[in-house]
Amino acid sequence: MLRHGSRSLFGRASATSMRWRRLFSTDLPVETAEDTKFVESWKKMNPNMDPPKTPSAYMKLRPPTPANIPSKLTVNLVLPYDSVLSSKEVDMVIVPATTGQMGVLPGHVATIAELKPGILSVHEGNDVTKYFLSSGFAFVHANSVADIIAIEATPIDRLDPSLVQKGLADFQQKLNTASTDVEKAEAQIGIDVHSALNAALTG
Amino acid sequence: MSSSAAQPFWRAAGMTYITYSNLCASLVRQCLKEPYRSEAVSREKVHFNVSKWVDGKPEKPTIRTDTPE
Repeated sequence: MLRHGSRSLFGRASATSMRWRRLFSTDLPVETAEDTKFVESWKKMNPNMDPPKTPSAYMKLRPPTPANIPSKLTVNLVLPYDSVLSSKEVDMVIVPATTGQMGVLPGHVATIAELKPGILSVHEGNDVTKYFLSSGFAFVHANSVADIIAIEATPIDRLDPSLVQKGLADFQQKLNTASTDVEKAEAQIGIDVHSALNAALTG
Repeated sequence: MSSSAAQPFWRAAGMTYITYSNLCASLVRQCLKEPYRSEAVSREKVHFNVSKWVDGKPEKPTIRTDTPE
């Protein structure tokens, strides 16, 4: 039923590294979340009454990893004030992770990636939609759902090239005149963001 | 388990991730074209007041606001 290859990999990992046994998505029960120990001891003490539900009965379980890799990736791009993409079925997204551009296809391994300011491109058939993300995180789940969260995400055509160039020049100058660590960090952040904006506009 | 990993430069300078992320977002907002830029600026406005409590009583609050009174 579940993908056996990944199960044996996890088995090896859990034997060698963990002091306590960590649950993996491959071995979570899919059907019920009731607390069996509690229910059994209740039935022993009080066989005539139905056992009350415990908080774990109300818990939503992690969605099961499908046996076959789905054909589409479900993407959610959310901002604090808007959900730009909400359960959109796409073929691939490329996210600007701090470790480089990361392509996410359906069936991607579950990943958490911190994002740097850069372009998110959403590929659906022959259409590619690009958004500039200010920074954030991308969570890819084992069931081919990708949640991308950012504070700002704009389509590239809403960016003003002259403001970007001006900003880049300003921050480069600020870096030269910066004295404290915080000022230097802020100037460096300004340079990083504006260089990424520049690359997005010209690339 | 792991020794302290290499930190990003902003954390080494004492900045937290939230501060970094908000700073990046506000820089991006300032580079937007006109109609979008004015909507974005309204998103950045904050209005709150903070008061410290001493001996169970609040002291005078400090009000931080971008909305004109």
